[in-house]
Amino acid sequence: MSGPTDTGLRRPFPHRNLLGISQLNQYETLDLIDRAEAMIPISRQPRKILPTLSGKTQINLFFEPSTRTQSSFEIAGKRLGAQVTNMSVRTSSVTKGETLIDTAATLNAMRPDVIVVRHGAAGAVELLSQKVGCSVINAGDGAHEHPTQALLDALTIRQHKGRLAGLTVAICGDIANSRVARSNLLLLGMLQVRTRVVAPRTLLPRGIEALATEVFTDMREGLAGADVVMMLRLQHERAAGRLIPSVREYYRFYGLDADKLSLAKPDAIVMHPGPMNRGVEIDPAIADGPRSVITHQVEMGVAVRMAVLDALLADPEQVAQ
Amino acid sequence: MSKPVVIRNARIVDPATGTDQRGAVHLADGVVKDVVAGAPAGIPDGADVIEARGMVVAPGLIDMRVFTGEPGHEYRETLATAADAAAAGGVTTFVLMPDTLPVVDDGAIVDFIVRRAGATAKVNVVPAAAITKGLRGEEITEFGLLKEAGAGCLSDGRCSIQSAGLMKAAMTYAANFDLPILHHAADASLVGDGVMNDGTLATISGLKGIPLVAETIPLARDLQLAIATGARYHAAQLSTAGSVELVRAAKSRGAISAGISINNLALNENDVAPYRTYFKLSPPLRSEDDRQAMIEGLKSGAIDVVHSAHDPQDTEVKRQPFAEASEGAIGLETLLAAALRLVHSGDVPLMTILRAMTQRPAEILGLAAGRLAVGAPADLIVFDPDFPWLVAEADIVSRSRNTAFEGARMQGAVMHTFVAGRSVFGHAATREGRT
Repeated sequence: MSGPTDTGLRRPFPHRNLLGISQLNQYETLDLIDRAEAMIPISRQPRKILPTLSGKTQINLFFEPSTRTQSSFEIAGKRLGAQVTNMSVRTSSVTKGETLIDTAATLNAMRPDVIVVRHGAAGAVELLSQKVGCSVINAGDGAHEHPTQALLDALTIRQHKGRLAGLTVAICGDIANSRVARSNLLLLGMLQVRTRVVAPRTLLPRGIEALATEVFTDMREGLAGADVVMMLRLQHERAAGRLIPSVREYYRFYGLDADKLSLAKPDAIVMHPGPMNRGVEIDPAIADGPRSVITHQVEMGVAVRMAVLDALLADPEQVAQ
Repeated sequence: MSKPVVIRNARIVDPATGTDQRGAVHLADGVVKDVVAGAPAGIPDGADVIEARGMVVAPGLIDMRVFTGEPGHEYRETLATAADAAAAGGVTTFVLMPDTLPVVDDGAIVDFIVRRAGATAKVNVVPAAAITKGLRGEEITEFGLLKEAGAGCLSDGRCSIQSAGLMKAAMTYAANFDLPILHHAADASLVGDGVMNDGTLATISGLKGIPLVAETIPLARDLQLAIATGARYHAAQLSTAGSVELVRAAKSRGAISAGISINNLALNENDVAPYRTYFKLSPPLRSEDDRQAMIEGLKSGAIDVVHSAHDPQDTEVKRQPFAEASEGAIGLETLLAAALRLVHSGDVPLMTILRAMTQRPAEILGLAAGRLAVGAPADLIVFDPDFPWLVAEADIVSRSRNTAFEGARMQGAVMHTFVAGRSVFGHAATREGRT
């Protein structure tokens, strides 16, 4: 059989679910990143299949619209040979929770092996995981966690920088409403990366100092000497007029342009979890320029999701043969 | 008429008279006939005798903040089931919040509550009438007619009046009828989408925070209006250290009192994690520093009243993601036991915590109960301050199960509850002959 054979895939992964980075220790985190790195060649070969999940059923249950995360999980599952079903649940705010519990019970009765869940409320995925008998992967719950995004970001950084420990990563933008920021701060902090958050005060949640090494409201200071500049999407329709006065003022002080990027290290890379608002948080020339690793992040996303699905679900005997 | 009762060899603790002595209490004809030090002179013919060695006899508790589901949401709680829970918790009078369906904003609904409680509830129910029609915070209700119908005070319950102008009008008009206003101070624009105390825990959990100023700003406004209008104002639920300071500074200048939920006194924000919706409360559980400031406020007298904030919610609305779940927890049955935690820990003297649940609520509401004086209503409790028990869902008397003390180990339980001299609750241990 083609594919990785000495990559540690046979080691058992000691969790049923992946609900957040906060549940992992550094060894488990590095193990997942290593497993993901080993998955990269599968997607680059002509026959993109490693059927460790053959015969398994994966349900992608998305209460919030998503294009890239949902398709990334779908492709990851399919490349591992799983049967993948996508469910997008349109909800009104009134019936959201009811739908969550009811849907969990209904889906559970169909005996899936894994449910990948995105939900608008923090803690909702954990709540759902208590109601089902299969593995659950958090694909984003409110402003809480998005663990596979943090794992794919870490893998991307390691691929470009050769290491993680000792690097300085500046996470810039809407920290307050970002699950990507929280999962990244937890993961990078655990792996001895210096983390900075850079945002106007209105987008910095209280007590963020507990998660980040340093806090900056001046982006130029925050980017000085950084190895990695990680931009976040600004929900500018929601923020304008309250959290920021206008998009143009935000872009002037917190948008990533060549001038501000010049303060980071010369070889600093630029990341974005997508989808981007070009001209709001990032200059299109930077987003599409040579320092940008944004499309590489997307590729690593599939590898990470394959690794996570495999770690949670693969039957060790089958992989070993 | 119920039989006379003699409770003897008890530790009698009555904050209103400053009594803390061993003695006996005689009840007959619905009132306290006598309170004597030492052994009773004699036992009246046909009297029930309760041997209360090791027990405390105290006035029945007066709980100033209780929600039920009657009318409108009887599946959560009725007046009868709330009263059963109250009796089990040693609460002989409770103030019923107006947040029902329909809202208690009309004399006819007050009349319904009075009649319904009289017919079905085994403890006293004092209806609070809404300050504003429909609890919408826009127009004041008919305070005079509501009082005539039996309302004992005014409150907008869970709702907070946002307009300073309307609050001024309500206070000014309420002074005509000498009705106290019980108000939950919360600025809606500062609470926003917040669901727990603003701080590191909220940030780590990805939940929106409720800042301290969401309470202190409208509270400061209310206190100034109370001083300006001379209204009787009761800050229903404090949760922040800053609020205690504001009340302390304002008290000498107006008819001002303040209350706190036992939850905010006994628990803190750490209890919320991870996403435990039974701890989703309004005001939210705050930091340990705030809780300590509340305890100091209670001891210094800045905080007058401790209540249960009993708020029955069914599992449908609690088994939800945290941000989408309803607020509130039941508390009638655990009020005394949770309060005794603070006594056992050495934080608050027994006399102080009992005063906040008997004498002070009675004074604020103008009730004759809340004291063990001769001629006062025979609303009283006998409790074992050390009785160990576990809060178990299966034992809950209330129709709803949303307790913030699920699984908690308690020290201290009510053994007997009397309302107007009639026994309305006897602990299982008393029936087994253990007391």
